[in-house]
Parts: sequence; C-alpha cells; structure tokens
Amino acid sequence: MENQKATAPYLEVSGLVKLFGNDRAVDNISFGVERGKFLTLLGPSGCGKTTTLMSIAGLHGIDGGEIRVGESTYTSFSRKLFLPPEKRDIGMVFQSYAIWPHMTVTQNVAYPLEIRKVDPAEIESRVADVLRLVGLSDMASKLATQLSGGQQQRAALARAIVSNPRLLLFDEPLSNLDLKLREQMRVELKRIQNEVGITSVYVTHDQAEALVMSDEIIVMSKGRIEQTGGPHEIYARPVNRYVSNFIGVANLLEGRVIRVTGPGRGEFEVNHGNERVQLPCCLGEGVSEGASAVLSVRPENVDASREERGAPRLEGEVLEAIFLGNCVDCRVRWGEFEWKVLAHPRDRLRPGERVFLHLDPNHSLAVQP
Amino acid sequence: MSASDKAFVELVHLNKRFGTELAVRDVNLSVARGEFVTLLGPSGCGKTTTLRCIAGLERPDAGEIRIDGQVLTAPERGIHLDPEARNIGMVFQSYAVWPHMTVFDNVAYGLRVRRVAGSEMKARTNKALELVGLGHLGDRYATKLSGGQRQRVALARAIVYEPKVILFDEPLSNLDAKLREQMRIELVRLQREVGITSIYVTHDQSEALVMSDRVVVMDKGVIQQVGDPQTIYARPVNTFVANFIGVANLLEGKLLRRNGGVSELEVPMGGGHAPLHLKAEGAEGASPGQRIILSLRPEDISLHLQRPEGDSSVNLMEAEVIDTVYLGNFLDCQVKVGMHEVGIQIDHFERLARAQKVFLTFRPDHGLCLTE
Repeated sequence: MENQKATAPYLEVSGLVKLFGNDRAVDNISFGVERGKFLTLLGPSGCGKTTTLMSIAGLHGIDGGEIRVGESTYTSFSRKLFLPPEKRDIGMVFQSYAIWPHMTVTQNVAYPLEIRKVDPAEIESRVADVLRLVGLSDMASKLATQLSGGQQQRAALARAIVSNPRLLLFDEPLSNLDLKLREQMRVELKRIQNEVGITSVYVTHDQAEALVMSDEIIVMSKGRIEQTGGPHEIYARPVNRYVSNFIGVANLLEGRVIRVTGPGRGEFEVNHGNERVQLPCCLGEGVSEGASAVLSVRPENVDASREERGAPRLEGEVLEAIFLGNCVDCRVRWGEFEWKVLAHPRDRLRPGERVFLHLDPNHSLAVQP
Repeated sequence: MSASDKAFVELVHLNKRFGTELAVRDVNLSVARGEFVTLLGPSGCGKTTTLRCIAGLERPDAGEIRIDGQVLTAPERGIHLDPEARNIGMVFQSYAVWPHMTVFDNVAYGLRVRRVAGSEMKARTNKALELVGLGHLGDRYATKLSGGQRQRVALARAIVYEPKVILFDEPLSNLDAKLREQMRIELVRLQREVGITSIYVTHDQSEALVMSDRVVVMDKGVIQQVGDPQTIYARPVNTFVANFIGVANLLEGKLLRRNGGVSELEVPMGGGHAPLHLKAEGAEGASPGQRIILSLRPEDISLHLQRPEGDSSVNLMEAEVIDTVYLGNFLDCQVKVGMHEVGIQIDHFERLARAQKVFLTFRPDHGLCLTE
C-alpha cells in the first residue's frame, strides 16, 4: 500500500459536465472517493449516474471538468487530456454478464492476465485465488453457459478483480437477478470488495442496494447531486423532500417551521382540517424560522397506540393493517392525510380501530421542500 | 370461525401417489364459505397436487373431496366428477387476459364457447363485471387497463360461471416485485368484496401472510400446520414451519424443567464454555432431559452495548458481532453466541464494529421451545 493521507480522495471528479445535444446529462458535479472505499451513485433513470460512470471509465469524452485517480489524470477538459480506456487500469462489471460463453470459467478469468502477458504459473495461482474468493472454485472447468445468472455474475466479478485494478466500476450488476439472489449477492459483493480493498464506484437505482453496500452514497437527480453522505446519514437526515422520498419510505407533511426552539430544534405547523397542529421537530439543513418546509417521518418512527399519551394529539383511524410477519404495515387516516405506520405484530392493530399517533421529535425532520 | 359455520369445502383423508411416491399424504382440511385459505410450501410439498385434485385435474388414490355437501371425488366409491362438472373457477396467471378483446368480450368468452344464449350471456357477464367493479369499463380494450384492472378481469372471467369456489395457482409469481406487492392487496380486497370461497397456492410466505384468513403449511405431502397468519408466525408447531415462515434463529438444547408454565432449558455453547440457561414458552408436553429447539425471531431480541442491569426475568446472552447490514428501517445484525450464529433485527441505528462484544436479551414469552 502506498503511503497516503487517509482523507485524501483517491478518485477525484471535479466540475464534471457532460452534454448530450442541449441536454446537460451531468451538470457540474464534484466528488471524491477515498482509497479502498465503496461509493454508490444512486438515482432514477436519466439522473446522470451512468453517464458519470462512463466518464470515469473513459467510454466518452467530457464537456467540462476533470477526473483524476491517484497521481494520474484520466480526463481533463481544460488541459485537453484524455487517457484511453484500456490505459485506465479499471475493472468493470455490467448488468449483462459479459463473459464469453465458449470459454471455461478459468479461461474467462485468466483472460485479462493473459493479454498483460503475466507468467503462466502466476496466472494459475491468481485465478485460483479469486475463484476461491468469489466462491466458484468448484466451477473452474465449467463453460460459462453452464452457470446460473448469479454464478455468471461472480465470474464477471472475478475477471474484473483478477488484475488488481486501480478502480472497480459497477453498472447495476445485480438488476437481472431475482430478488432472493440479489439480496444475497449484495452482501457477498460488499464482502468481496472489502476483502480485495479496491476503490469502487457502483451505479444503481435501487435504494436498498445502496444502503446495504456503500461506504458513501451520492443521490443524484437531473444531472446534479442532491446529497452526499453515509447510508445512515442519507436515510436519517435527508436534506430535502426528493431524497427523503427516494430513500426508503417517508410520511411527508407540507407546512411551515413557525419557531426555532433551540439548536437544530423547532416547531412545525401543519393544517389539519380547520385546525392548525404544532409538532416539535428537528430542523434539517437550510431550514429556518418561517420557512415553508416538509416534515419527514419514517413509518417505523410513528407509534400507533390505543392509549393517548399527551400532546400533540393525532387521532386517526386504521384503514389497513397488513401483517408481514416481523412487522405490520398500517395505513392510518388522519383527516385528509394517510399515515404510513410500521407497527409491531404484537400490537394487533385492526382496520376500523381508532388510534393515537405519537411522533418522536428526534425522528421528525423538517426538510426543504 | 364459529362451530356452526359448516365446512363448505372438505378434504377427507386425501391421498395421491405418483408412481411409488406419495405426493399428498392423508390431507384433511375444511374451508368455510367465503374463506380465503392458502396452501403454502416449497416446491414438491404437495400443494399444487392438492389443488389439482380439487379442480378434478388429478384423480386422488384415496379419500374424498366435497363442496357444499356434494361429493366430487371418492375413488373408493368410484366417484369422480370431471372438471367441467365441478362448478369451480380457476385463476392461473393474472395477465392471461386477451389484449385484442374488450373487457366485456374477455369475460363473456367462456359463456359464448358454451353457447349460452345471448341475453343470458350479457346479463351474466355484466353481473360479473359489476361484482369486480368494472361495470363501467366493458367497452375498453384490455391493453388500456392498469395491472389492477387486469387482475379484476381475470377474476371476473373465473366468476362469470358463478362457481362455488375459486382456485388460484400462484397467479402473481410472474409479476415484478413492486407490482406483486400491490396486487396481493388488490386481490385480497377483491376477494372480500366478492365474498367467494378461495383456495390459493403459493410458495411465497409473505404472500400467504398478507392475503390469507388461514394458512395451510405443507411439506413432503403432509400438512404441518393450519392457522391464521399471526398464529402460524408466532406459534409455529415445528422447526420446518418456524424456518419457512419468516426468519427464525434455532438453538438446540435440552429441557431442564417446566416451572409454572415456563420451560427452562440448557443450550450448549461449545468450545469449553458453560452452557446457557434460558427460559421460554412451549414444550408443554416435554419431559426433563428431552431435546429442545429454541426458536427466536430476529425482531424479538434486543441488543445492548453494556451489560443490562437488574431485570432477572429476561434472558441474557453474551455475543460477538460478526457483521451488520443496514437496511434503513432496520439494521440486520449477525452475532455469535458461543458456537451459534444468531440474527437480530434492530429498529434503530447502531454503529457496531466486527468482533465487538454485545449483550442480547429476550423475554421468555418471546422464545418458543419446539420438540421436532
């Protein structure tokens, strides 16, 4: 390992712009990834995440900014620098498995080393090592066509990491797998990345995938960055309505912050029929007194009970209680608003029941609209 | 269900053999009028064979099937009604709706084939469309419908014959995850509205939990347990059911004694460590020394960073963190308790390091002792 400050980014993207005609597919974004870390670019289709990844890979030129890895500049718009993709020392894993059907697993994985003319004995031992790492040792002599979807993706990963590249880029690699396998592969992929310690950038539209796998997440929309942060930070402290809604499930109430009561604390007011209801809350980034805001409360942070436990008094009617085993997914009508509440199965809430909703101010966050 | 509620569909000592293999083994089941019952189990458990026996698509080797008092099949007495004569509707795939036909024609198709007279055909089709809430959309082409509306067409097509029972064979399994979740709720609402007795086959436990009045868990051709979703989840009768429905941590040990309705058990920790002594429910009929498997749900275990003080009525275990997976609303945490690996679901965020020492507690009434 080279001697480097732990905090200096290894991959650095600054002021990246990419145009498709008049469309600003990537609109002046900057971020860095520390060596060995796992960064996810998350957003809906058309948000610019894949274009950003392709810019790092060098699969197209850029219209502004710079991309640097370690000491070497990959692309610089102002300095007219462009390193061809094959010189970037990058491993890639795509949605389509992209492994050669006429070759065995071993031949597929050995290929990147063979074109680099690595010594055959070393090829053999390195291929054996990575196949063990991805759990394909038993499949080494099988043809790629004899593998299941999950196994093919493991083979593709083995091929991407066998030459120990500077960067690993992933473009929705799990989206063709069925749900159970996908859940299992998330954890597996993260474990392998952790073990090999290769700096990784992962593109997905699947928020659960991003939460499970990433050291850091960048939430994108319309070519711009909405928020950057660790999984828990993004989930618990979204900066605006868009992020709150895109990551996980949230109750989003429109209203106003009427008072700041302390550092990061305030009171949120929402119209409820002819009444106005005040709810103590935390203040998100850029939310100040008097501002229009959105109160974001996760379903697991709303407590529905048959007993009233003090103000503010939110009384509603259970519309639906869907038993999921480890939790009960409830809808509670409160005037025109339908609360999503995750209740404990032992509470046995039933449709038609009157309940009182209690919000924990520590988990009620006023965010920008 | 009240005792006076007569069994509407009855399966009595049903057996079905394929070659030397008993696919359905002595299945007994009563379904009440209007009830939604799900046959749940892994592939090869006998659920689909049971359904096909009810439909008349398979001939059982022994036993009897009755609907509303009428015997449909009784091989020992030489009775076997053909599928067409059974007055049963079937829904296989929610999307088996013809795109080139209008909603009305889709639903009327079966009646036309059977040469039902024009006026009666119209009346019955309209009635079925009314029942599923599509009365106003008869002229629309099936391609112009939402997923939920297509589901309604599929159901209307099954009920237009005014069947006594509808059989569903994994109708949602080809849909993508998001649509499937939506359709579950939609389908069960529709069934309640129409009020038709339904038997539903699936291998998907969450589907069964969400939709059913009662769940029949099957394995190897045998019914393992019958109960409402909450009971099946909270009080599984054996390790197969505990494992198949939801996630269960299963710790093997032995019963020390029964004490005032609570089972006290000993769970070996391995590696020269002293065994754990725990209290839990269940194992009512077991005797001291008997092998016990303790079933613990991940969401019923609490994790503490410091040794919790006081409360000696809860069970305490020392553990070491193996790994965590952050899911937003939950943190899935794998820990080691002696030689056992235990999964915990934490409902708040906690920064845990690998190999960190933690403490687990669970209430005796949240642990369940199983004997098989």
